[in-house]
Parts: sequence; C-alpha cells; structure tokens
Amino acid sequence: MRDPMPYIMLATTMFLIIGMLLMLTRLIGGPSLYDRLLAVNSFGTKTVLFLCVFGFIIDRPDGIDIALLYALMNFIATIAVLKFFSYKALTVDLRDIADDLNEGSQ
Amino acid sequence: MWSQIIMAAEPVVQEAARAGIDWSAVWSFVSNVLTTFMLAGGLFFVLAGAVGVIRLPDFYTRLHAAGMTDTLGAELILFGLILQCHPIDDWQVIAKLLLVAFFLFVTSPTATHAVAHAAYKAGEKPLLGRWRAPALEDET
Repeated sequence: MRDPMPYIMLATTMFLIIGMLLMLTRLIGGPSLYDRLLAVNSFGTKTVLFLCVFGFIIDRPDGIDIALLYALMNFIATIAVLKFFSYKALTVDLRDIADDLNEGSQ
Repeated sequence: MWSQIIMAAEPVVQEAARAGIDWSAVWSFVSNVLTTFMLAGGLFFVLAGAVGVIRLPDFYTRLHAAGMTDTLGAELILFGLILQCHPIDDWQVIAKLLLVAFFLFVTSPTATHAVAHAAYKAGEKPLLGRWRAPALEDET
C-alpha cells in the first residue's frame, strides 16, 4: 500500500488552481480598482497555500520559506497600492493627513 | 477518497490483530484522515469565497465573501498540513507553518479592512435595497 497523502495533496493543489483561475477572471474583468485589488490579495493567499502544499508533495518543505515571504510581501503590496491610489504618491507622511483619517473613521 | 481511507486502514487492522497495537501506525492513519478532512474543509471555504467573488453583485459583498472565507480556509489547510509533520524531526517545518498561519491570520483581515476603508473613502457606492449607506463626511 503506497502512501495516499501525496495524491490527496495533489487534488488539493488542483482545486487551489481552480480557485486561482476564478480569481483571475475577477482580476481581468473587475469593474473597479478595488475589485482588482481584492482579487490580487485573494490570489496571493491562494498562492501561499499552493506553495505550502506543493512543498509537501515533493517531500521538500523548503517552499514554506517562500510562502512565508510571499504572505508578508502580499500584505505590503496591497497596502502600498492602496496608499498610492489614495494619495497619488508613496512619499506621503501619514502624520500630515492624520486629521483627515480621524475624520473619516467617525 | 473513501476507498483510499479504507485501503489505508487495512494494514493497520491486520497489524493490530497480529501483534498488539502499533501506535505509530494508528497515529499515521488517524492523522491522514484528519488531514484529509481539514484539507477538504479548507478547500470548501476557499472555493466558496472564489465563487462568491465571481457571482456577488457589488464590491462590498464580494469583499465580504473573499475576506472571511480566505482566513478560515487558509487556517484549516495549514493546520491540516501541520498534522502531517513529525513533532520532533520536523519541528522547523511546524514552526514555519505556524508562522505562515499567524501572519495570514493577522494580515488578511487587515488588508481586507484597508481595501474596504479606501473604497469607502473614494466614494464606492454599495448596492442597497431598502437601506441607505451611511453618509460620507463631505455629503452631510
């Protein structure tokens, strides 16, 4: 009896790829910028899961390092793109616009 | 999936009947079953979020579908993978998987909140039926 777990993990990666393709359709045809940004963020989460499962399939769990890096980079990329499209620059000091942010949260 | 589970149970049952209970074989079978169910549950939530992002009508409902399901599905898949590791030989893998799970658990709702706040400040209107959206600052 061979170990059944690589096959189950292979099926998991197949369904994760299907989810990534669904996210790509929203990324290409999204009506607004924020839809596309949401699709990119969710695509990155699925990529992290794909890297973790794939590292277990090939029995070399080194891919988890790349997945950790990708999870952090995905978050920072989302925040950076949001800041750029909100203030039209990446060099805005957030202390200068703190009053604006506080008004928005009330 | 069920046939694979039953086929995986065969050597465990035979070996236990022959020479007492081999607890490592029992644990490998139990961890395989638990991992299968956790991967299936995680895939259910991830695919439900993906279908929700495709089919829901406006931006905020899509955000709700993607943001909540991604967090739970990712945690389920990662903890299912942790069950496959040996707790002493693979402690580095377990630590790295726990780090990935922690960072996803922290950053995914934060990114979702940031996207929602930016869209709200930019004036993205939700589709509403009977209810009204809370007014923006410059509209009051």
